[in-house]
Amino acid sequence: MALEESHVRRAAHLARLAVSDDQANGFVDDLSRILDMVDQLQSLDTEGVAPLAHPLDATQRLRADEVTETNQRDAFQRCAPAVENGLYLVPRVVE
Amino acid sequence: MHDKTVTQLAAALNSGELSSKELTSHFLQRIEKADGTLNSFITVTAEQALTQADAADKARASGDAGTLTGIPLALKDIYCTQGVKTSCGSKMLDNFIAPYDATVVEKLSAAGTISLGKTNMDEFAMGSSNENSYYGSVKNPWDLSAVPGGSSGGSAAAVAAGLVPAAMGTDTGGSIRQPAAFCGITGLKPTYGRVSRYGIIAYASSLDQAGPMARSAEDCAHLLNVIAGHDVRDSTCVARGVPDYTETLNAPLSGLKIGLPKEYFGDGLDPEVEKAVRDAVKVYESLGATVRDVSLPHTHYAIPAYYVIAPAEASSNLSRYDGVRFGHRCKAPEDLIDLYTRSRAEGFGEEVKRRILIGTHTLSEGFFDAYYTKAQKVRRLIRQDFLDAFEDVDVLMGPASPTPAFDLGAKKDPVSMYLQDIYTIAVNLAGIPGISVPAGFSNGRPVGLQILGTHFAEAQLLNVAHQFQQATDWHLKRPAFAEENA
Repeated sequence: MALEESHVRRAAHLARLAVSDDQANGFVDDLSRILDMVDQLQSLDTEGVAPLAHPLDATQRLRADEVTETNQRDAFQRCAPAVENGLYLVPRVVE
Repeated sequence: MHDKTVTQLAAALNSGELSSKELTSHFLQRIEKADGTLNSFITVTAEQALTQADAADKARASGDAGTLTGIPLALKDIYCTQGVKTSCGSKMLDNFIAPYDATVVEKLSAAGTISLGKTNMDEFAMGSSNENSYYGSVKNPWDLSAVPGGSSGGSAAAVAAGLVPAAMGTDTGGSIRQPAAFCGITGLKPTYGRVSRYGIIAYASSLDQAGPMARSAEDCAHLLNVIAGHDVRDSTCVARGVPDYTETLNAPLSGLKIGLPKEYFGDGLDPEVEKAVRDAVKVYESLGATVRDVSLPHTHYAIPAYYVIAPAEASSNLSRYDGVRFGHRCKAPEDLIDLYTRSRAEGFGEEVKRRILIGTHTLSEGFFDAYYTKAQKVRRLIRQDFLDAFEDVDVLMGPASPTPAFDLGAKKDPVSMYLQDIYTIAVNLAGIPGISVPAGFSNGRPVGLQILGTHFAEAQLLNVAHQFQQATDWHLKRPAFAEENA
């Protein structure tokens, strides 16, 4: 499946990654070679094979619905770029 | 001191021949002297280490010491360590002081071990040469023009150079076993779910696993004893008893059935690597093992499947780096989208961006089934290859890598770098354990013998590796660099 610059642009948008025009061209080349390698998968017959998501076929473990975590907001916000009164600061999103 | 194994150092501490303070100071001095050349550490926590060493000596004096109390270790900079920078080799986390300890870190502290610091690595564990680190590449102590392997390259180089007796790594596609092979040390990737991933910065969550890197299988057994076991904070960590992995190290190998996967001895395998591995297999025959050829027919689909699954999981895991809650934030963002896109563009390196884009693309509408679902189906076939093989044999053996360590800067094309992991990557897709042990040299650079077992066969792998190390002395070889910097 050939990769075009529009695919790279779409992926960059979905991944919220700023990509310049020069970089986009480089990524088209690199990603095309990676996908060419990946395309070997298409030659394998996987009819009737169930997808494997977890190597031990485990299922999600559930726990009792009890509060176990304590509030550590101050500790966690110490590594934040900008906070005020316990809130994370970001550019205004609603005018 | 720096020549000794963890097991030997623990005995010296126990007999009172040595204090943890002396041991810790010795290794800190070695790091100070040699790491300007190697670049194996991102952060050295000397002061904390000496404080911990004092506490360990006090604990020992009051009869309150365990097997590993007072042993210095290093942690790959992917393990969250409370109050210490945890960068994951990325500019994105250059300013990140972890607010909590990973479970592995907690367990190692509780066992009384001392952390000397955080080791260099490929950014977000994405790489096979350690050249993708924001903090610069690491040199291989056996040959300073060679890479140490990756992504746990700093841990491997530090242990090989005698800057620390053992270190912790993580392995998503070979990141413990390949650098262990390149640096001539022993590295164990446990079964997926054997060791908690809590607090280990996530790359590909269905593949990531933590493990020890040390001078011997016996040392790895001691460390696995500490770190293995159930953890409610990692929902994929398996609730299953942990045996004493040191107890079975000396079990005789007579009757052991070894399989040699024919796909692991094919095109592209360095002839000297092949010879070292076949010589190692002969040692096993002399110990009473029987050998047969086996086939893992889907081996060549492992790298393609991995480069769908791992980037897909990575693109999701790495979406958390948004410049809002922690990590790098761009200057003067115009709006929220600008904040996200520029913080991420500035914070991530090239390889990380490639994998985020590949993963985002293959998961996107119109491509998901052709790539992701397909790769997951192939993953089942790859796992089945191993399960079928283990019906007939106890362990599989082969090279850890098709070549010894390559030169720094030699692999510029990402795909040629990916193909290096041909013998390690399927193991993560299958979730089985694997160990790399030193087995000789090719052109003066170490060769690793890889031994694979079925799920939860760590005790057997460590036994099989330990018996090899009782019969050979490859694991005792040290690079000249370690002595020159004594």
